Amino acid sequence: MAQINPDIDHLLRRAGFGMSPADADTFGDMSTTAAVAHLVDYEGRPDDVDARIGRPDHAQVSSRDLFSPDIDIDDARQRWMFRMVHSRRPLQERMAMFWHNHFATAYSKLVADSGALQATKMLAAKPGVLRGPQGQLELFRQYALGNYRDLLLEVAQDPAMLVWLDGKTNTRAKPQENFGREVMELFTVGVGNYTESDVYAAARVFTGWNLRKSEGYSREDMNAYQEFVYNASEHETSAKTFSFRIYGNGSQTIAARSESAGMQDGIDLITALAVHPETARRMARKLWSFFVSEIHPPDAGFVESTAAVYLSNGTEMRPVVRHILTSPWFNNPAMRYARYSWPAEFVARAIKEVGWQGFSLDKVRTPLANMGMLLFEPPNVGGWPPGANWFSTGTMLARSNFAATLAASQKETLAVSLEPDARTPQALLAAMVDRLRPAPFDTAPQQAMLSYLLAGGAWTGSAEQLNTRAAGLARLLVASSEYQFV
Amino acid sequence: MGISRRLFIRNSVATVTIGLAAPDFLTAIAQAQGNPSRRLVVIYLGGGNDALNTLIPYQDQSYYSRRPTIAVPAGQVLQVGSDTGGRALGLHPRMGGLRNIFNEGRLALVQRSGYPNSSRSHFEATDIWGTANPQTSSGSGWLGRYLDTLPRPLDALTAWNTSGETPRALLSGTTGVPAIPNATTYIYASPNRGSAAAEERTAAQAMASNPAAGRPHLAFVNSTSRGAIETLDRVAQATSYTPSVVYPNNGFGLSLRTVAGAIVRGVGSRVFWVQTGGFDTHSQQGGPGGAYGNLMGTLSDGVSAFYTDVRNQGLANDTTVVVFSEFGRRISENGSGGTDHGAAGLMLVLGGMVRGGLYGTAASLAPGSPSLENNSGDVRYETDFRSVYARLLDQWLGVNSVPILNGDFRAGAPAIF
Repeated sequence: MAQINPDIDHLLRRAGFGMSPADADTFGDMSTTAAVAHLVDYEGRPDDVDARIGRPDHAQVSSRDLFSPDIDIDDARQRWMFRMVHSRRPLQERMAMFWHNHFATAYSKLVADSGALQATKMLAAKPGVLRGPQGQLELFRQYALGNYRDLLLEVAQDPAMLVWLDGKTNTRAKPQENFGREVMELFTVGVGNYTESDVYAAARVFTGWNLRKSEGYSREDMNAYQEFVYNASEHETSAKTFSFRIYGNGSQTIAARSESAGMQDGIDLITALAVHPETARRMARKLWSFFVSEIHPPDAGFVESTAAVYLSNGTEMRPVVRHILTSPWFNNPAMRYARYSWPAEFVARAIKEVGWQGFSLDKVRTPLANMGMLLFEPPNVGGWPPGANWFSTGTMLARSNFAATLAASQKETLAVSLEPDARTPQALLAAMVDRLRPAPFDTAPQQAMLSYLLAGGAWTGSAEQLNTRAAGLARLLVASSEYQFV
Repeated sequence: MGISRRLFIRNSVATVTIGLAAPDFLTAIAQAQGNPSRRLVVIYLGGGNDALNTLIPYQDQSYYSRRPTIAVPAGQVLQVGSDTGGRALGLHPRMGGLRNIFNEGRLALVQRSGYPNSSRSHFEATDIWGTANPQTSSGSGWLGRYLDTLPRPLDALTAWNTSGETPRALLSGTTGVPAIPNATTYIYASPNRGSAAAEERTAAQAMASNPAAGRPHLAFVNSTSRGAIETLDRVAQATSYTPSVVYPNNGFGLSLRTVAGAIVRGVGSRVFWVQTGGFDTHSQQGGPGGAYGNLMGTLSDGVSAFYTDVRNQGLANDTTVVVFSEFGRRISENGSGGTDHGAAGLMLVLGGMVRGGLYGTAASLAPGSPSLENNSGDVRYETDFRSVYARLLDQWLGVNSVPILNGDFRAGAPAIF
């Protein structure tokens, strides 16, 4: 394995899911600038990840019967994990995770509304496979580095969101506040930048943004679907005044419109919220935590410059993320290992770095739930509380026990691949640390790992000894606090 | 919300590790800390419980006119008498278990609990109930500050959180609270067996014991890891408990069963945190049945099983349960057969030493009534939730509530003890 450039190592932990030995070869000779372009301009990389599901030399998926990720949520979860581990466009999957957390929508409410099959379709259906709109995750992948205002407009018409925040029942007679509130509190400007009367006005803006069922709809029919409809007759047509600017001329009022033209109300509000300076700053702060650091507060210069890039590029996200990854803040060595890994990225990284031979991604679901991050099941519309909140005795134990499961599955491959480095316990430890690249260890934990390698008797490097101790060491390293930081 | 919580944790992780004592001292410390027999079980109903369908003003005509599809018919409520304002009240029909405890005089219902200018944001409101300060949704929590008053070193299981995430109420400057969301998977797994597995666990404990000088975030994660390894064996004692009743087979019931096990097995925890979600009933919540009926069934069946169990074990007089939610809901139902975010809510307090009954007065739901706010859309608070906290701290846990709550809220507190 080539010596790894620490800047690229850092970049791939943040803009990807870590580095497999093969990734280390791909990125080995690349400049940091080229590596950023490789990740950000990902349209240049093949979009072939789903086609590789089931191929040898990849992590496995398993299912009770036919693998059906468009209609079975557990299979959809496996497909997403497979993408995180194997995609040639890791930043696209990372941004999909960012948007999933930002627009946090939970499967369980969709099931209660529409049944398991339709709920899975609404969240995960890949376009072009079954009839009906693409699932919400596919929207996030499509717009991973796309235009935020456009994404917000799509989300407002997304069937999963219309069920999740009850927009489907938002009608003229009974305006529904749920989406109207959260589009300001969570998706754009944040608490303190809107009033209660803005919530009522926003609810009225989105009256008539509902769902309609396909002809002959049955929730058990995989080709049945629900799709967005603007119900003009359910739109409340009077003027709506906000506490903030809606139009470029400074006007705070969306004027009364006819029923047939009334859908423009929502487009105007979403556009105004997307380009609101507080949205730009709030997005910059969220991206600071997602890409730069969770242990340093967002730097004011970073927030202002990132917000400016966002606004001057008409809410396009690709220039924003490129700005971040090439910024002095991101590339400051003090920011390395300054984020707590999210459970899904911890799991994907561990699989990439320890190995996946014969490992089924179905084994990831329960551990992820115990770590506090079952995909497609955020705890509420605010998403998962990240950072130090991921860590408690229970969730750390779940990470540690996942490390045990993974290491147990890779016993033989670890022993074989580390055999050349197994002449001394010190060499074995150094090779394993090179492979996993956790935050630096102090002397005491290093000593503890060496003691573990020697605890079974004098080191001989025998196949049997390596078989036991390499797996045990991988488990100790993946479960170490040092490995939880990225 | 998220950022401020992170910042708080960041500032506090440097000191959090001292809350976790070495394992050899655990039992002795647990026994030595004052009167360890009194426990407080805090239950959070996540999402904003619709208090008006929990405790129903079944003679208020506006209740029926404003809730045409979700009102519980007067004939189906479980009557609990009238409050001091003369309003007849009844519990939701799925709350038979809790009504029995009410009839035994051990369930207090604190009506219209809340605070002025109630936040309608889930996150801000939940944090306010945690900080016990309506002016700030960041910083430490009231239970965390209680734990900080206990003598050091503190036993690692002094508080026991049954949810995976640490709620703000339990955040403190100096005390880490173990989160044990699933006690049956709270075990140490290894890729190996026998002595190799034991040696690995020893190494993991040694690694997590590294003080990580100058690296507070690493020290914080180490503390969670060490806290887990050090509490595994005692948690296993609690999960091996055989209860005296059958608990409902759902997450909430199983959490309460684990809490009962910890109490009966004398683990020594003073504070338990239990939560159950699904209360954000914006649509199709139903009346006597339906989604809301199921929520009330889950609550009542779980809590009454727990209460019966600890009473059968002779421990009811050492146990108090308090139930709260971040806000109540709108009085009028919305177009989706649900209710949107509202203001004042209902607190429930029960236990062998609790003076049961109806506290506070129900609102008149007629538009224009002075007990309403927000253009008569919401119920106005009457009892400051911090006065209930004060009563729990002063009268139950036996500490001075004033420094913990940063103010004196004892006046006007419902006399629940």
